[in-house]
Amino acid sequence: MADNTSFLLSQMMAELSLELEHINFKLLLKNPADVDLEAVIPVFHSWIQDQVCDELLLDVADYRHVKAGPGIVLIGHEADYSLDNTDDRLGLRYNRKATMEGNNQERLEQALGAALSALERLENEPSLAGKVGFDGRELEVFINDRLLAGNREGREQLQRELRTLLGKLLVGGAYSLSYAADPRRLLGARIHCQRDFSTADLLKNLEAGRIDEFRGPSPPDSNPYS
Amino acid sequence: MKASNALWRDHLADQMPESLAREIDIFETEIALRKQGKLDERLFAETRLRRGTYGQRYDNGQRHDGEKVQQLNFPAGALTKGPNTMWDAPGMQRIKIPAGGLNAAQLETIAELAEEYSDGIAHVTTRQDFQLHFVHIENTPSLMRRLAAAKITTREACGNSVRNVTACPYAGVCQDESFDVTPYARALSRFLLGHPDCQNFGRKFKPAFSGCSQHACGLTSLHDLGLIAAKRLNPETGKEEIGFEMYVGGGLGAVPYQAKLFSSFVVPQELLPLAQAIARIFARYGEKKNRNRARLKFLIQDLGIEKFRSLVHEERKLLPFDSRWTEYITQSLESTESPARVGGELPELVTIGAGEADTENFKKWLKFNTRPQRQPGYAAVTVALPLGDITANQLRALADIVRRFTRETIRTTVEQNFLIRWVSKPDLLELYRALDAVGLGDHGAGALVDIAACPGTDTCKLGISSSRGLAAELRKRVSEKGFQCDEAVQNLHIKISGCFNSCGQHHVADLGFYGVSRKIGGYAVPHFQVVLGGEWEHNAGAYGLPIVAVPAKNIPQVVSRLTDRYVAERNSGETFKEFVKRTGKTALKSMLEDLTRPPAGDRSFFSDWGDPRAYSLGDMGVGECAGEVVSPVDFGLAQAERELFEAQLAFEKGEIQEAGKRALGSMVTAAKALVKFENPDIGDDPDTIISEFRIRYHDTQKFFDPFAGGKFANYLFDAYSRSGQPYSSESSRYLLDEAQLFIDAAHSCSNRLETVVAA
Repeated sequence: MADNTSFLLSQMMAELSLELEHINFKLLLKNPADVDLEAVIPVFHSWIQDQVCDELLLDVADYRHVKAGPGIVLIGHEADYSLDNTDDRLGLRYNRKATMEGNNQERLEQALGAALSALERLENEPSLAGKVGFDGRELEVFINDRLLAGNREGREQLQRELRTLLGKLLVGGAYSLSYAADPRRLLGARIHCQRDFSTADLLKNLEAGRIDEFRGPSPPDSNPYS
Repeated sequence: MKASNALWRDHLADQMPESLAREIDIFETEIALRKQGKLDERLFAETRLRRGTYGQRYDNGQRHDGEKVQQLNFPAGALTKGPNTMWDAPGMQRIKIPAGGLNAAQLETIAELAEEYSDGIAHVTTRQDFQLHFVHIENTPSLMRRLAAAKITTREACGNSVRNVTACPYAGVCQDESFDVTPYARALSRFLLGHPDCQNFGRKFKPAFSGCSQHACGLTSLHDLGLIAAKRLNPETGKEEIGFEMYVGGGLGAVPYQAKLFSSFVVPQELLPLAQAIARIFARYGEKKNRNRARLKFLIQDLGIEKFRSLVHEERKLLPFDSRWTEYITQSLESTESPARVGGELPELVTIGAGEADTENFKKWLKFNTRPQRQPGYAAVTVALPLGDITANQLRALADIVRRFTRETIRTTVEQNFLIRWVSKPDLLELYRALDAVGLGDHGAGALVDIAACPGTDTCKLGISSSRGLAAELRKRVSEKGFQCDEAVQNLHIKISGCFNSCGQHHVADLGFYGVSRKIGGYAVPHFQVVLGGEWEHNAGAYGLPIVAVPAKNIPQVVSRLTDRYVAERNSGETFKEFVKRTGKTALKSMLEDLTRPPAGDRSFFSDWGDPRAYSLGDMGVGECAGEVVSPVDFGLAQAERELFEAQLAFEKGEIQEAGKRALGSMVTAAKALVKFENPDIGDDPDTIISEFRIRYHDTQKFFDPFAGGKFANYLFDAYSRSGQPYSSESSRYLLDEAQLFIDAAHSCSNRLETVVAA
């Protein structure tokens, strides 16, 4: 009994002290079959030319030949951006590599803000002719560090942190969370919004940081996706 | 960079083999020393290379963005991890896989590392290694610890060292082999890893094993040390015995060399000692200063094979007996593979899955990707990877698949694929479905579509043209053309290198290409030199003929034209190599003449495949393939510095006795480094080291400082005479200072000695 109690306590402590670093956000794209990944390569190169964000951008890696792979990756020092096709789900992914200041909420907001800004930039890129756009309803989040945040033991805290974040983000919209079935995968969740949001909406909400009191139920562990 | 970097050491403490754990601790200390400016950048470069931690394109802090050279202002500023190599610049981590052998847990570990430290992709190389790209130097100790916990090392994966020992992936299951070379490859790999006789090479040293002479799988002809399984009747007993044909001095590079026969039969118990003797001769007589002539092939060319052979045999006689010569082989032989399921035959197919298309794909997969094993009822299955790349999710799926169908018997191949062994033939359909479900069911393994390419301009500092970009384009076009093309064409090999250094093995392909640059109208245009008629079979039996340089964007037409002509004009049974020889270089060149110039006004020719930037050579850097030539004395002194650093850390933690012990140890290490300059065979016995140091450096006054005389040497003798006595905090503190002065004096002495030698 004593052993069990101490185990539970240690689990609770581990959860309480969970630091969310190396946060990834992926924003799913509408009509993925219409997206020409080759056309994104010069766009990413131009981002390097113009150093369009505060992060140091370095190179472009092309993995179109790999099925359900990372797609086109804009390699950076602090973070990578990609049009990622993992699980055959095409989305704009932000992969934070450098550690960040602040608390978990601030880090989540930074990563999500970077992902949304990048997607908005692609949406407005004339050479892509409006073919890259947010599907309005689905996001994924991962913590890319298994030791800091294990797939199972970190789930509850991630969920708590996401509730706070999504409360600000999905103003007036219900959402649900689902999790990867395979314990070898990174700690992460899929966020399914019940109504459509635009990239601009989400950026505005994130900026405003308002809390929606009418947020809908968020059933935990529903709809495991694999 | 990773927030968890400080945690992995303790987390995996009881899972890592002690020797690997210690080795990684040392590397981590060297990283700390380099950051503090206490370790020379050149020395640090070689030490990281010997851990497989390699530079990557743009790591000089500059990148041509298509219009201008951009400075990459990394946060670590001017700190470097080697000459002209910025600290923060992402690098490549090579992971050694001896004989390509893996288990499911190891696949899962590599998947995790690809995800957490790289860009989600693991790349299988032409020497059965893995490479992860875009890795930060400060993440490498954690990455290595996680590998060590899975019993994998990166040690000596790069640098001037013994590289991965490769072997035919069919070894043990091949129908044509003389015997299974796997245990011998593993024993040699284990024996040479970190061996003191292999630490002073001027360049890398690559061994390879093959089970037969007729197939390509081992590529022994292009290796520094090539071993082909052989059998003979023992001249004394008349009984059949096994051994190896031993070849030496092969290598690709700008000028390829076929390995020369060293011995037609080496018995297994002589394999390791002969390899050791070869390593000693290479270390002793090989070129050190001119890296362009530092590979073993040049030493053999200079000496002649007879002289080289005689030197090696003389050295062999001098080697002190080492029980590991046979123990390692005996231990390796104990590990054998077996099937998970009962073998049998595949039932006859009518249609499967969704219908005719699926059935056709499965039939093609059966034809190209499976080969019957010599064990009835079983097949070896090739998992074809596009350009050698695989995702983290696919690696995990592959781990599940090899657990489900086999006893985790999987190997990487020199064609940048995986080979699953011991698949029960009745399981082939299910296996195919499982692979196909995760995007690993491509057919065409070993065929025209299965194109090998080095990283080229994607990530390599030496890349001139985009080998991967071209490979991806050719792959797409060949796939689209499908398998309607002639049977003779289907089995041709295409191999592409980004430059003349041949990492893509273009010399041994039917159609080989390597990157070159040409100016047209005052602008640089990416080109590939066309190399035709190399031979992949017979362990890379012949090298191809350079024909002409063609703009990169015209290479798909080159492939199409040559294959069409081959199909139309070949004589019955004529191989492509024979066709090339019969046609001749002049006719082949004129066949391609119109493709050597871009069409007028087509600007697309001024950029490379997969890279829309205006083409430039401005991103080329100094390669690290050759490593840094660092003398054993410098290495020894760097080790002494590190040991002293650890002593200082122990002192700060209040571990007084440990600090004193380590400080003395660092002085002995420095003394040993100097002794090694004159006596390369000095061992680790401290009494012997002190005695030899006294005779060679103190009594001769070589160590004497111009002002302080023998003072610093006396620090060592005094400290050593007091060893075993407890240290007080004060005496430990003094010893730390004395050790630093002694090591500084050793550096000065080393500089004086090297100046004398150079003069």
